[in-house]
Amino acid sequence: MRETLTRLRYRYWPDHLLGEILSKRWTETAIPVILLLIVGFALSRSLEHFLSPASLADTARQAGEIGFIGLGMALVVIVGGIDLSVGSIFALTDFCALYLLDVLNWPVPAVVVVTMIVGGLLGAVNGVLIGYLRLRAFITTLITLIIYRSAYDLLIQRYSNAIASAFPDIPSWNFIGGGDVLGIPSVALVYIVIAIFGHIFLTRLRPGWHITAIGGSRRSAYNSGIPVRRTIALCYVASGVLTSIGALFFAARLGTVGGDIGVGLEVIVLTATVLGGITLGGGKGSVVKSMVGVLIVLLVTNGLTAMNARGGVNRMALASILLVAAMVDIRWQKNRTRIISKVYVAPTYHALPPPPPTEIGQGGPFEQNDRLREVSLIGLGRIEAPEDVILDRNDVLYAGSRHGDIIRFFPPDYERMEVFAHIGGQPLGMAFDKEDNLYVCIGGMGLYRIKPDGTVEKATDETNRSIYSVNDDSRLRLADDLDITDDGLIFFSEATVRYEMDEWPVDGLEARGNGRIICYDTKTGATHTALRGLKFPNGVAVASDGQSILFAETFGCSIKRYWFAGPKKGDVEIVMDNLPGYPDNINLASDGNYWLALVGMRSPSLDLAWKMPGFRRRMAKRVPVDEWLFPNINTGCVVKFNEQGKILESFWDLKGLNHPMITSMREHRGYLYLGGIANNRIGRFKLDNADPDFVQYDRRWGKSS
Amino acid sequence: MKRVRISQQEIVFAVFAALFLSFSIFLNGFLSADNMLTLLQNVAVLGILGLGMAIVVIGRGIDLSLIAALAVPGGLVLQMVQNGHSLPASLVAAGLLAIAVGLVNGWLIAYAEVPPLFATLASGLFVAGLGQAALFQLDVVQWSDGMAGFERLGQGSILGIPTSIVMFAIACVVVFVLLRKTRWGAYIYAIGDNPFAARVTGIPSRPIIVLQYVVAALIGCFAGLVMAASVNSMPTRIFNSTLIYDVILVVVLGGIGLSGGRGGVVNVIIGTLLIGTMLNGMTILNIPYAGQNLIKGLVLLVAVITDTFLNPRNEETAQQGDI
Repeated sequence: MRETLTRLRYRYWPDHLLGEILSKRWTETAIPVILLLIVGFALSRSLEHFLSPASLADTARQAGEIGFIGLGMALVVIVGGIDLSVGSIFALTDFCALYLLDVLNWPVPAVVVVTMIVGGLLGAVNGVLIGYLRLRAFITTLITLIIYRSAYDLLIQRYSNAIASAFPDIPSWNFIGGGDVLGIPSVALVYIVIAIFGHIFLTRLRPGWHITAIGGSRRSAYNSGIPVRRTIALCYVASGVLTSIGALFFAARLGTVGGDIGVGLEVIVLTATVLGGITLGGGKGSVVKSMVGVLIVLLVTNGLTAMNARGGVNRMALASILLVAAMVDIRWQKNRTRIISKVYVAPTYHALPPPPPTEIGQGGPFEQNDRLREVSLIGLGRIEAPEDVILDRNDVLYAGSRHGDIIRFFPPDYERMEVFAHIGGQPLGMAFDKEDNLYVCIGGMGLYRIKPDGTVEKATDETNRSIYSVNDDSRLRLADDLDITDDGLIFFSEATVRYEMDEWPVDGLEARGNGRIICYDTKTGATHTALRGLKFPNGVAVASDGQSILFAETFGCSIKRYWFAGPKKGDVEIVMDNLPGYPDNINLASDGNYWLALVGMRSPSLDLAWKMPGFRRRMAKRVPVDEWLFPNINTGCVVKFNEQGKILESFWDLKGLNHPMITSMREHRGYLYLGGIANNRIGRFKLDNADPDFVQYDRRWGKSS
Repeated sequence: MKRVRISQQEIVFAVFAALFLSFSIFLNGFLSADNMLTLLQNVAVLGILGLGMAIVVIGRGIDLSLIAALAVPGGLVLQMVQNGHSLPASLVAAGLLAIAVGLVNGWLIAYAEVPPLFATLASGLFVAGLGQAALFQLDVVQWSDGMAGFERLGQGSILGIPTSIVMFAIACVVVFVLLRKTRWGAYIYAIGDNPFAARVTGIPSRPIIVLQYVVAALIGCFAGLVMAASVNSMPTRIFNSTLIYDVILVVVLGGIGLSGGRGGVVNVIIGTLLIGTMLNGMTILNIPYAGQNLIKGLVLLVAVITDTFLNPRNEETAQQGDI
């Protein structure tokens, strides 16, 4: 009863989604958005006219003006700086616009252009000092804040009367200040256009990526050839220009040059930026975050003003918001990965019946023996981590290595070795096609093709994205083993979509069906996912009918058969289940049966733990990774089975001295070649009663000319 | 060939001497005894604040809430006495408020790891808002009878030297002893020089950082009391002024690099003298307030640029996002 409940709960409750959602970048934007909704809701309940069109339009105008400054600040903060002089630049450009319009009577377009240029120049001062002279951003912009502010004070002493007495009545100027299109204020429209461009700029264009890269790590950005100084300087120029746009709208709306214009604006904008979730110190941020931050701050300050709060209360509220937002931001940035790694592992219920016996004397096909004890060794200490081994028609032995190479050994003694091809990722399963191209599954990279002359080509590294997945599963994370059909379809397994290659034991701990079988068509180059929801699919071999494949599910401890063509197309059948160990690669044997490697044997403790998801979840949360349960991969064996699911023989090595771990095996001219992903050697074992002329790919594709 | 290196301290002192000399020659009334006393009196408060800022800057921080720590606890004393509390009780309350400000700053910076700029910017804003909203009835807190005798802290003279200068001198001695004669002072230098190395060495970095800000806030409070005593009131709107920039100017011009671990009390004195001379000269020249600010800003800019060239930032220990 309880077991059933546990099973149902873990079958239907999507535990894995929490960790996947938290590890998305957009969750960081979600928190300020929720805060904005709460603030908006609270204000609409407590203030009468909050939602009236007039009030909303007024808020939109203010939000637009501050929003421009917010965008500039966002840029500067993302690039790893800060701009405190925005308040003073705002005041100066406001003055500039009104002076040009009211005192010099310039036409509106000229006023707009010149004001923006002035804003850019004021920003350029910051840019040169901080970008090129490498001054500290905070102190530098603090100083330019004073300088610009005192320049403004000096200027308005002379001209404020002239500006105050002028009442320009120019339609285009009035439209900038108070016009709207379909009820949307002009400033909001322009802001939306610039914000959309800004979003595309930051996320899709090269200079935007440069900005983020510099903020993330200035030195690395410099080392990778990004023009760091120029980019930083241009960010401050952009901040100045954006501030001047805000000032233009402000000037057109109010037309005043009061002494306190722009005073304390930098604190408001800074609060908005931090509150929106743009990380202080750079490297992270978006336009949406800036926008949301501005809206929250504006709603709070306007709301407090509407409730007749004293100026001091406003200050305290702003300061508290700034502090709390900065603190939350800093703590989150610091602990994000730790929190995610705690909740990411989501074990599920996985019950297996007691395994068949393997002990000596118990009988049965899995009865242990010592037949593998006498394997001879190839390349001892000269190769690392040959997960799969393969031999071509000329008896040359190929194996992958941990360093991202394909190594080959030459007959007859397999002493001479050379690097056949360098790929860069760890090679796992391998197969030859008709033209003797070597297809290799590369962990973390995808499916690659190596031509006989050693050139490396990418076959595929992505598949169709499944609709309901939270994690982007279109990229291949752990392509594992493959085989090629007569029609040139390559079926390969992807062991897990939730973990990287080095985290594969964690996938076993989770025991969730995270893996899939993917099909790559060599004729069209198209890739699609054939089967999903498999428990660590591993070895793949085309079955004798040419219409189906056999594949192993490592943590499902089973072999299954999938029909990709013919009358049973689409069906999946279990060939063998409840294996005593974890099946790995499958390959053809000379007598038409199949070899299967069991990389490790099941243990009672992990079998029990698989039935107790809560226990495993607590372990993942409370115990350090290196003390988690780990599937046994120390002892294993090679078995031979037929398509009916009968085990024919098994080969064991009780001591495991010569060849400790087996992930793959290949039969060739009467010998069995053994690979192991944790080994520094390749094993070679003489088979009795085997066809001494068997060459897998001669049999598979016919003798070559 | 041996290169002659001139330290910033020497440059600033030379500039000060040149400025002083030219003002003495070209400005009528600059060198008079009266003006000299005014000059020193005007900069005494600035100098005391500079000492507080120096402690924090040496420990690789910055304290922008120093003006709030000057205005609000100082104003609180006057306000409480006005409301009928006794002077000692008010002083204790002000001291506790200052310590609280320092503790909050220190906690935010050392434990919550908020950059000092933001922590102190926000806490200063908060404390100023608190004073405005909850503590003071008027922007300028007036002197009341209960304060009688307290004005001697800022007015009159001891042995012929104006009291505020004596107070500055006392503060100098105290800070000098703290920085150079105690273990904590050595720790502050170590943390400022290389925070990670200091931490690895086993220095209790976090408590020491908290201590820095508490001491700075207390010094700010002391400066506030001296200021209130010398003008017989507490203009709390001083928070909105550019005084904090003057304080930073004193520290940076004096030669205490913003990257921390360098400088001492002597630098603050030199910086204070230079700023005092400059402000005094500009006042005699009748330059308007905004113009003075402009010149101050430009001088500060030159000082910071020079500082960057003389004390380049240590890329090994500078933190990512250390703005």
